[in-house]
Parts: sequence; C-alpha cells; structure tokens
Amino acid sequence: MSHRARQLRVSSLARVEGEGALHVVVRDGEVERADLQIYEPPRFFEALLRGRAYTEPPDITARICGICPVAYQTSAIAAIENACGVVVGGPIADLRRLLYCGEWISSHALHIYLLHAPDFLGYPDAVALATDHRDIVERGLALKKAGNAILELVGGRAIHPINVRVGGFYAAPSQAQLDKLAAQLRPALDAAVATVRWVAGFDFPDLELDHELLAVHDPARYAIERGTTLRRSAGPAFAVDAFSNHVVEEHVAHSTALRARLDGGRYLTGPLARYTLNRQHLSPLALELAAGAGLGIECRNPFRSIVVRAVETVYAVEEALRLIESYQQPEPSSVGVQARDGVGHGVSEAPRGLLYHRYEIGADGLIRSATIVPPTSQNQAAIEDDLRRVVAANLDLGDGPLTGLCERTVRNYDPCISCSTHFLDLTMERL
Amino acid sequence: MDTPTLAVFKLASCDGCQLTVLDCEDELLTLAGRMRIAHFLEASSAVQPGPYDVALVEGSITTPADAERIRRIRAESRVLVAIGACATAGGIQALRNFGDVAEFASVVYARPDYIETLATSTAVADHVRVDFELRGCPIDRRQLLEVLTAFLAGRKPDLPDTSVCTECKRRGLTCVMVAEGTPCLGPVTHAGCGALCPAYRRGCFGCFGPMAKPNVAALLPRLRAAGMSDDDIDRVFHTFNAAAPGWSS
Repeated sequence: MSHRARQLRVSSLARVEGEGALHVVVRDGEVERADLQIYEPPRFFEALLRGRAYTEPPDITARICGICPVAYQTSAIAAIENACGVVVGGPIADLRRLLYCGEWISSHALHIYLLHAPDFLGYPDAVALATDHRDIVERGLALKKAGNAILELVGGRAIHPINVRVGGFYAAPSQAQLDKLAAQLRPALDAAVATVRWVAGFDFPDLELDHELLAVHDPARYAIERGTTLRRSAGPAFAVDAFSNHVVEEHVAHSTALRARLDGGRYLTGPLARYTLNRQHLSPLALELAAGAGLGIECRNPFRSIVVRAVETVYAVEEALRLIESYQQPEPSSVGVQARDGVGHGVSEAPRGLLYHRYEIGADGLIRSATIVPPTSQNQAAIEDDLRRVVAANLDLGDGPLTGLCERTVRNYDPCISCSTHFLDLTMERL
Repeated sequence: MDTPTLAVFKLASCDGCQLTVLDCEDELLTLAGRMRIAHFLEASSAVQPGPYDVALVEGSITTPADAERIRRIRAESRVLVAIGACATAGGIQALRNFGDVAEFASVVYARPDYIETLATSTAVADHVRVDFELRGCPIDRRQLLEVLTAFLAGRKPDLPDTSVCTECKRRGLTCVMVAEGTPCLGPVTHAGCGALCPAYRRGCFGCFGPMAKPNVAALLPRLRAAGMSDDDIDRVFHTFNAAAPGWSS
C-alpha cells in the first residue's frame, strides 16, 4: 500500500439518464484507474427478442430508452428492412426524418437546459436556475415542447411512439396537421438560435480529446435517421454491414454494460463526432451560428458539446420546417415488408451517438438473434479516458471541486445508462 | 403547512416514466412551486434525505439490491405511487419469468458470472405496500398530473379502470376491429392512453395492461377471426405487461 493515500467518494451522479458509478484511483499523483461503472439491472433485450415476430422490435426495443425511443425504433426498422431486402424512400423516408428531428430537438433541449447548463451556471438543477432566470428555462421548455409536438403528431406520443412500423407508419399526418405544427416550430427556431448564442457565452474548461471519431455518413445530408456508410476520423469509411468487423464489444468486470472498441481502440460517437465528420452538410444558418459560437472546422473539447447540441438543434428545427414545407402525404402510409430468411444491419444517429442493430430473421418471420450496440457503450472508453485526463490535469483541486469536474466530464456525453444497461456512484481513491 | 416533498426513484426501467415528469413542460415550474422536488436524480444534483410526502417509483425489482432498496424507499415515503408497466407489472423484462434467466444472461453477456440478477422481474406491490398504481408503458402525462393534483388536494385520483374502448367511443373513433378487421386489445386493456392507437388506425397492443376484470376469453375468438394465430395472440399478451395478473394466464 502506498503511504500517499487519499480517497474520495461521491454517490449518485445526477442529471444523467439512468444510474451508474465511477471509480477513480490516484496513486502517488498518477491516475491509476478511471472506470465508469454501469450496474444497470440487466434487462436482457437481445435474449427476449429471440422468437418474437420481425414486426415487433420497433415497439420492444423502444423500451430500452425512454429518452431516445425513436432512435431504437429507427435502427431496428432499418435492420429489419435490410434483412427483408426492402428499401423505403420517398415521402415515408421524409416522415421518418421529421419524426427523428423531433427526438433530436426534444432530447437536445432536455440535455442543454435541464441537465447540462446548470453545470456551467452553478445551479443544482433547472428549477433552481429558473428562480433567477425563469425566462431562459421557459425558453428551453418551449423548445423541448416543440420537439415533443413533432413526436406526438407523427409518432402518436413523445415517449414510445405507437405510429411507427416496419415499412412506414400506421397513419400519416395530413398537410393541415403539419401546417399547424409548422406554426409551433417557427418560434422554436428563434428559441434554438437564442440557445446557441446563450451557451456560446459559457465558460469552458480546457480539454482536447484525441479519440477516434465515428459517425453515420450520408453524402447528401447531415446524417440523422439513416446513412450510407460509417465515417471515421482515422481510416477509410466502411459499410454499415461491416460494423461488427470493426466494432467489438467486451464485457468488463465492473459493469453490466458492454464496452465497445473500434479496431481495438477507443472511439467516440455523438455530437462532436457528427459535427467534425459531417459539418459540411449543416445548413448555412447552423454553420453561421457555429462559427459565431467559436466552433471551428472540428470540435474536440467535450465541454463544448453543449454548443454542438445547440447548433444541431437549430439544424433539426430548420430541417423539420423544410420537411413539412415539401411534405407529400404518403399513400399508403407504409409499404409491405415480407419476412425472409436473412440478416440485416441498421444504424442511425441517436441524439447521444450511433446506434447499431442487427437481426437474424428466419423464413417463418421470427427473430433468431439480435445484437444492439448503444451509443453509451461505444463512448464508455472515451469517457473514461477524458476522466483520466481531467483528474491528471487538476490534481491540485480539492476533493469537492475535482469530483464536481468529474461529474461534469461524464455529463458532457449525455450518457444514456439505461441503454447501456443503472447506478452511477462516484468513488475516488487517492492512494 | 410546509410545502410537500416529491421524490422520484428509478429501478429496472427505461427512464421514460420519470421523463414524463419533465415532459410536463407547461406545468413543471408551477409543480416545482407547489411541491419541493427533494430527490430526483435525473433532474437535480441537489438530493435531500427523506422522509418524503410522495414518492414516484419507476421500474421493476430484478436484483437483490433493488429488493432491499424498495423497502427503504417505502419506509421513508408517506405516499408511494408505482408509475408505469415495469413498476406495476414487472415490465418487458418480466419475460424472463417465463424463461431461464441464466440462459438469457449467457446470450447477452460474455461473462454471465459478472451479472447479479434475480430469476424474476416483479412489480413494486409484490414487495411493499403501494398507495396507487399508475399504468402505462409509458404513463400518460395528464394522468400523472391528475395523481399529483389529487394528492395536493387531498383526494383520490379520478382515473377509471375501465377499458380503452370507453375512451375510444368517447373520442368518436370508428372501431378498428369492427370496421377494418384490425386485431385490437382495447376491450381488455386498461384505459389511460386516450385510445391512442385506434386514433392512428392501429389496434391497441395493451401497453397499459389489463383493465379491471378483463374478459380475455370473449376477445380471443375475435382476435382469431381478425387473422391472429395462437402464437401471435400469445406474443401480444406477453409483451410489456406479461406478468400482470389478469393476462398472465
């Protein structure tokens, strides 16, 4: 045992989705360990999907995460349609993108205003923030509500939408319904623009990460609900169906989550990866706001992820308005997808990062096997690396402030711990 | 009288039901003025110790630690409300109750020996006394506000335990099963969603669980007539509320 022992424990990391734990050990001034521990009670989705009908994963996998159910539904449907040899385009594909924009707006507004901004402004939560800045919190809630309005109209409800199915939608909204929605989104665009300017003025701790970045890429647009390839920062892009050749999940002892590696190395998905790899597809307004907010051609400071989320929110509102403007009500609202024996892969960009699904379906239409790789298990190694660097660079800080900084470091990633599996307990030992 | 305190807890779940609290965008700040949010980890890093006046509990009990934890939550909560299908019926993860959890773990995890889990996923009421159960996968925002409003007014929540059909008729929707032959669980499913699926021309798939005294036997021939095989029927009843009494047989 070292004689320079110092131990710090904080339980219950707040303002993240789900619960987990963190264990940092500092020995003789060196960071020896920085483990993000996830002990979400396992729910065994991949096991219970076996034997279910190929039409069921959108409803079942939505229940993996209440914050990004559309991401689960979308990746599941992409994989199933891929297995069945069906490509859905046209107005149905546009409606899917509109629905997903709703989830981006709602989830990003939730994270920016309710979970993340209190860190920068020194409040424990948005309710406390509202006692001093009620107008700002109300703006955030209105923005979030606008995202939910899309989800509620197109999806049927904001959490676990019911209108989504393999092949399309049970019912498509009418032009009149969407026009009413557009009227609610126009003020939301102003709120989103104001959000970028607001968060750009925050004080950001210095941290430059060197993780490899991975994002879904679409040559025509900023990839959200689909893409053609997976683009990475170091190395050539690869096809969606090659995902498992590059990404391998490992099971670590302190966790009920699986930790993924890209060709053996740590990597990052999510807003920073998307911005850095797909920035050229953002809208002129989003790019102008990004530049005004001090984002360059890439963003590698995870504390600035709040700015990228704000920029992406502007883009998502604009994109939603554009999709409504050019809307053609699909008739019918879904295409037939017949089950066949095969394997399918699907990806989409959940608000917090890339979400991969793979299904093996039998000719009887029943699922033989399922693999789901959520964003947080992909980001876990990168989060731990950030923690290591943040602790190493701030060893002079007292236990309280250093612990607070560690919590903020985790929160930068908007981790979705229910997805990756539940109990964030921060334990720091200085030995 | 002091401002009553509200606590929100999460067990095995997806977060969607507690997110419903934050989805009350128009009411959240008013609610925070009427009730002091004393413990809500997803929303606040300011955590106050109990006792609490009202505890909302999301999620099911699937680990020995959570079986202990729910007893502590009960002991420090004056009113305990179980919110959502996981807390009221064990949720989708209760499908393990019909299978072999060790085999499930071996499918998902390389090292199942790292996993500590119970063989069953059970409702909160299977472990402690529950004052009110709010149904749904996820719960409905308006119903949640009714529960909290009722508590503040010192009355019982006014939430019917009848079928989705009653809401569907009240909305003036055309019956998807009668008119279009679409299989629908509305006749045996607990009200609360506002007949959401039929409004989108989809049959109800039972995410609010069984209504009071459901007549499942009378519905089965209609589901078969609408083209469902016995396997299809078995699957639809074995989804989000598989372990709920009333459907579990």
